[in-house]
Amino acid sequence: MAILITENTRVIVQGMSGRIGSFHAADMIKHGTNVVGGVTPGKGGESILDRPLFNTVREAVEQLGAEASLIFVPPPFAADAIMEAADAGIRTAVCVTDGIPSQDMMRVKRFLRRYPAERKMRVIGPNCAGIISPGKGFMGIMPPHIYMPGRIGIVGRSGTLGYEAAAQLKALGIGVSTSVGIGGDPINGSSFRDILELFEADPETDAVMMIGEIGGPQEAEAAAYARDHMKKPVVAYIAGLTAPKGRKMGHAGAIVSAFGESAQEKVDILTAAGITVAPNPSSMGETMAMVLAARKAA
Amino acid sequence: MDIHEYQAKEILARFGVPVPRGGLAYSPEQAGYRARELGGKAWVVKAQIHSGGRGAAGGVKLCKTPEEVQAFASTLFGKQLVTKQTDANGKGVYRVWVEGASDIAQELYLGFVLDRKSERIMIVASAHGGMEIEDLADKDPQSLRRMIVDPAAGLSEFQARELAFQLGLRGGQVAQMVTTLRACYRAYRDLDAVMVEINPLVVTHSGDLVALDAKMSFDTNALFRQPQIAELRDRSQEDPRESTAGDHGLSYVGLEGDIGCIINGAGLAMATMDMIKLAGGEPANFLDIGGGASPERVVRAFRTVLADGNVSVILVNIFAGINRCDWVAQGVVQAYKEVGLTIPVVVRLAGTNVEEGKAIIDGSGLPLISADSLAEAAAAAVAARPRKAA
Repeated sequence: MAILITENTRVIVQGMSGRIGSFHAADMIKHGTNVVGGVTPGKGGESILDRPLFNTVREAVEQLGAEASLIFVPPPFAADAIMEAADAGIRTAVCVTDGIPSQDMMRVKRFLRRYPAERKMRVIGPNCAGIISPGKGFMGIMPPHIYMPGRIGIVGRSGTLGYEAAAQLKALGIGVSTSVGIGGDPINGSSFRDILELFEADPETDAVMMIGEIGGPQEAEAAAYARDHMKKPVVAYIAGLTAPKGRKMGHAGAIVSAFGESAQEKVDILTAAGITVAPNPSSMGETMAMVLAARKAA
Repeated sequence: MDIHEYQAKEILARFGVPVPRGGLAYSPEQAGYRARELGGKAWVVKAQIHSGGRGAAGGVKLCKTPEEVQAFASTLFGKQLVTKQTDANGKGVYRVWVEGASDIAQELYLGFVLDRKSERIMIVASAHGGMEIEDLADKDPQSLRRMIVDPAAGLSEFQARELAFQLGLRGGQVAQMVTTLRACYRAYRDLDAVMVEINPLVVTHSGDLVALDAKMSFDTNALFRQPQIAELRDRSQEDPRESTAGDHGLSYVGLEGDIGCIINGAGLAMATMDMIKLAGGEPANFLDIGGGASPERVVRAFRTVLADGNVSVILVNIFAGINRCDWVAQGVVQAYKEVGLTIPVVVRLAGTNVEEGKAIIDGSGLPLISADSLAEAAAAAVAARPRKAA
């Protein structure tokens, strides 16, 4: 089953006629993702990659039954594109766009609250690599060949560090159920905790690899959730041990500005919650293998 | 993006925050002139740099005569002011702000920040201002009041009033505080700020509120719609390596070590730096070359990293998704020749087109050190350092 995306998910791409949008849409189709169409305002009625284009997300939902949308829309218009998807009835939106103003994301989060839980859209990102259920489908910009299908969930802020984890697991013969990039922005659609909840409920996931970094309260919140509500083991790594306080490390959200936001403090919080923390980024795979072996032996 | 104190005061004054009268000077003579122009018996002369802690660093002085103002200003101009918030190089003083001295009965703290937990704007205030917020949180946490503003309603008068009373303000001060709080909130919201800080916000002996110092920082992602804020960017206050790198689409942060890093992705970059540290080395920088890096961008990254004279070895770590290992490898080879590299370079490639990339590195005939894993790459970089090799 995996989470968020399977081979049956009907996916559209907002911004599909753009250079980047069409490039990644083609890659998604090539790897079996069920891309049913795209949305580019003003290009309704045209087609691209043998899929129809629509002017609005609402038309794509009505005519194609689109359930999920991958958003490749430039920063000034991205927040509006997310809200359009939410209003049209899309269930899951993945926004890759990097550079959305914080106040726009505040507005998006507030906008989403207007919908009742059963109709509320889930947002993944922005500023993320996307989501992939290996062998089933993906929405995003990741290289799908580095993932092996399996039963480990991955959730992380960074795209490339998520690839690193998947490659380490694959080298040890461990596969992935779904990998989710929640993005590097200070305000994002789904938190670590949100994704842990999905993995805990997914019968095809046995354990979760959580890859955090400096800045923000989400790892601490996830640690409390894992301690109180999860039966599946969580293995974590926190990037940014060498990051100086008050400096932004690439991601808009990767900045230590409050107590509990440094890598060491997060490692301490996670460890105290009973989560196994990989001692270095090269041992994410080994640490997971160790935890799985201990689990099996128990 | 940070701006200067005087610019923050000008902006906040436009929204209704009471600020002292003052004037900007680009020379000592102009500073003296500003003092005469303002009149009064005492003036505060303040170096304008993008950093706090200026007072303790000797960048602020109370002067009693216009001559003294000019004399003190002449010690500031052109100086690199080192505060506890800057690096060892400090920040250059090219502008000085002269304002009439305020009499101070009490100092308050007022800050507006983005609260990542509630995903809303949070006000932090204290009746005991004057020291840095970190010190305040450390030494006097009981005095801190926090209030989260619902963006749909904005900051209501009753909320602002509540906060004013909590801070112990009385009489006309309450109305002044309500005006100040709402002005700061509007400035934050309308101008896409990420931080507004007034520290200290003083109560004078006559009982009035005045913003004695002000700091504002803005969301760089929103500058496209805030052209008047974007114009306030002062490159003299930035690390030239960081701003030049930024102009070329590279995200760079200079650090103290000697292992130069060229990596794709912020998380992998931080992780690689961690790995270097664990292997016994120190990273010289954070550098994310971003997605879709062309050979030219890789060359640019090499130039950026090499601009730091401390760098004695370079570690390239690329996990290509939308990047391509063969392009990166071409860039490395090109950089080696164009830049005339003489220091060791460790290259670790993974992901898209990795075999093609490795073939280019191995077939180049250059003394490039190949590594297969993150741990191997970090260890190789630490071992390759010519100096400090035990």
